[in-house]
Amino acid sequence: MRIVNHPILTFPQQDMVTFTLNGQKIEGVAGEPIAAALHAADIKVLRHSHERHRPRGLFCAIGNCSSCLMTVDGIPNIRVCIEPLRAGMVVETQEGKGKII
Amino acid sequence: MPSQERFAKGPIALFECMQQIPCNPCVDACSRGAITVKEINDCPSLNEELCNGCGVCMTHCPGLSIFVVDYTYGKDVALLKIPYEFSPLPEAKDVVDALNRHGERVGSAQVIRVQTSPNKTNIIWLSVPRELAMEVRSIRLQKGGHHES
Amino acid sequence: MITTEILVIGAGPAGLMAAIHAAEAGARVLLVERADRLGGQLIKQTHKFFGSKAEFAGERGMDIAEKLINWSSDVSGITIWKNAVVLGIYPDGVVTISHEGAFCTARPKKIIIATGASEKTMAFPNNDLPGIYGAGAVQTLMNVHGVLPAKRILMIGAGNIGVIVAYQLLQAGVEVAGIVEAAPQVGGYRVHAAKLQRHGVPIYTSHSIQLAHGDSCLEGVTISKLDEKWQPIAGSEQYIAVDGLCLAVGLSPLTELLWQAGCEMKFAGELGGYVPLRDANMKTTHENIYVAGDVSGVEEASAAMVEGKLAGLYVASVLGHKKDSFTKEFQTAKSQLAALRSGPASVKICTGLSKVVLEEVG
Ligand SMILES: Cc1cc2nc3c(=O)[nH]c(=O)nc-3n(C[C@H](O)[C@H](O)[C@H](O)COP(=O)(O)OP(=O)(O)OC[C@H]3O[C@@H](n4cnc5c(N)ncnc54)[C@H](O)[C@@H]3O)c2cc1C
Ligand code: SF4
Ligand code: SF4
Ligand code: FES
Repeated sequence: MRIVNHPILTFPQQDMVTFTLNGQKIEGVAGEPIAAALHAADIKVLRHSHERHRPRGLFCAIGNCSSCLMTVDGIPNIRVCIEPLRAGMVVETQEGKGKII
Repeated sequence: MPSQERFAKGPIALFECMQQIPCNPCVDACSRGAITVKEINDCPSLNEELCNGCGVCMTHCPGLSIFVVDYTYGKDVALLKIPYEFSPLPEAKDVVDALNRHGERVGSAQVIRVQTSPNKTNIIWLSVPRELAMEVRSIRLQKGGHHES
Repeated sequence: MITTEILVIGAGPAGLMAAIHAAEAGARVLLVERADRLGGQLIKQTHKFFGSKAEFAGERGMDIAEKLINWSSDVSGITIWKNAVVLGIYPDGVVTISHEGAFCTARPKKIIIATGASEKTMAFPNNDLPGIYGAGAVQTLMNVHGVLPAKRILMIGAGNIGVIVAYQLLQAGVEVAGIVEAAPQVGGYRVHAAKLQRHGVPIYTSHSIQLAHGDSCLEGVTISKLDEKWQPIAGSEQYIAVDGLCLAVGLSPLTELLWQAGCEMKFAGELGGYVPLRDANMKTTHENIYVAGDVSGVEEASAAMVEGKLAGLYVASVLGHKKDSFTKEFQTAKSQLAALRSGPASVKICTGLSKVVLEEVG
């Protein structure tokens, strides 16, 4: 969910762009981290871990912890907490180490 | 805590800042020089004669720990000013839940005035039952708003 | 190879103040920041800061950041690089940097490291479930990007960060189920805790989290009461339904670069972990490396700013850029720092500092 009314901060209305997650169309703000756009759409599972296939989500949000690795435009292991969103991006939940195509 | 005689004279600031922390913006905020913090880690002390309860210090205090009370406001009610940093803001004449220091509802209060501030620490003026003036420290807006006309 | 007199690494309050004061004295400074914006931790802080006027007390952290950023762009002599990560500092003085994805090297005369701190985490079963975040992540999501991390959150840790972030969550419209704190009392400033308590947020002191529940995302947690030996009391378990859990269990200095450069390090738990030995001018055991801010010991932005100023002024003076007012400014900054640290809230910090601040280093 996005914050609409905040007592201290103002979040100006911004242009939305469309991208896909596992084929499903989602909207987000251009330039915001992909993870922020996914959270705004209530999507928290970003990948499944390599060995035990456990779901993983956002943890540090500053590119430190590698909890948020996803496959973006075919490239695996992208830290979506710091990767800016662009229109038309193809984002996929990553399974394990990801497939390199 | 100010004396009964001082309360009888009009509005005055109440400081709920009882732990020694490195802080003193309230001192700079008061143009009447009513507040002293000797060393930066000392707790503030108030010159009760100089304070006129204007409430300017309230907007500057990072601890939101200053309140103003005026027992001369009415016979059964006191005027209480509290800092408020939530959205939406109440409106004048709204009746709101009056909360104590633990967030428990102890009664209701009527909003007299909403004083907005450029730094976004707004001051809500409340009319509260006299006996609750030392208990009420926050408010909760009633669902759907409630105006008393 | 880029040449500059002073390289400042990290553009939080410490790095910004260091760069500003060194450049104002006449030095040429390269300020590098790995994020895409300057300000470090400050840009996420929507609350008003403590301290005194000299450290902008009473103003909101994010507004202090804006002031420092504007100030740094007004001073000539500072080159600012964003999206620039310092990768390594080598014994011959060469620094490797990845700037906007391109690799480059620099050979500064002096380096001021102001990389701040990183968040600690905590072990408990299922601590990897989506919906469990570090406090910094929660702040970044809601205060920088305007996105809510969850609908109902439990906070772990009642230090200043825990109580402040819990209050910020309330302001953003998130329900705060409570704060869980292992110690028998709240560690954060009481005025910060009081802001939460008067909105009915319970603080569970002498409690800890036992485990998190949920299939694909967090659905709830079990907490239990701790005895005097900090052991969970059987039968005191309590389930709290939440879709978010926020960990505010401390910070540790981000010291990789200092280790790599061979600065002598020492463990000081009071300061968050290993920190560099240094003198009162912020010089480490390495002739050309100085530190400022949380990387030299986790403290406050107020102290970080003053340390940055000290380091900036001093390093510039060593390179021959000495303002007429140097002695006065330097002494004022030192007394400002001493005043900030003189109270009971700083006893722990001072104990830590007494282990690592030397008369003379090297
Ligand atoms: C929730 C919260 C509330 C707080 N409230 C207060 C308060 O009320 N009052 C107060 O005084 N303090 C407060 N603080 C503390 C204050 O924010 C920090 O002490 C202060 O930001 C430390 O400043 P710094 O410059 O040392 O580090 P930081 O602000 O962390 O900045 C370090 C910078 O270095 C960058 N960096 C790190 N590594 C590299 C690298 N290799 N290459 C390039 N750049 C790098 C980082 O991206 C970052 O921007 C609070 C902190 C938090 C988390
Ligand atoms: S209420 Fe007004 S006069 Fe009284 S201490 Fe505060 S600023 Fe000063
Ligand atoms: S500004 Fe507020 S928190 Fe700071 S010393 Fe004054 S009353 Fe206490
Ligand atoms: S959430 Fe930690 S790297 Fe992205």
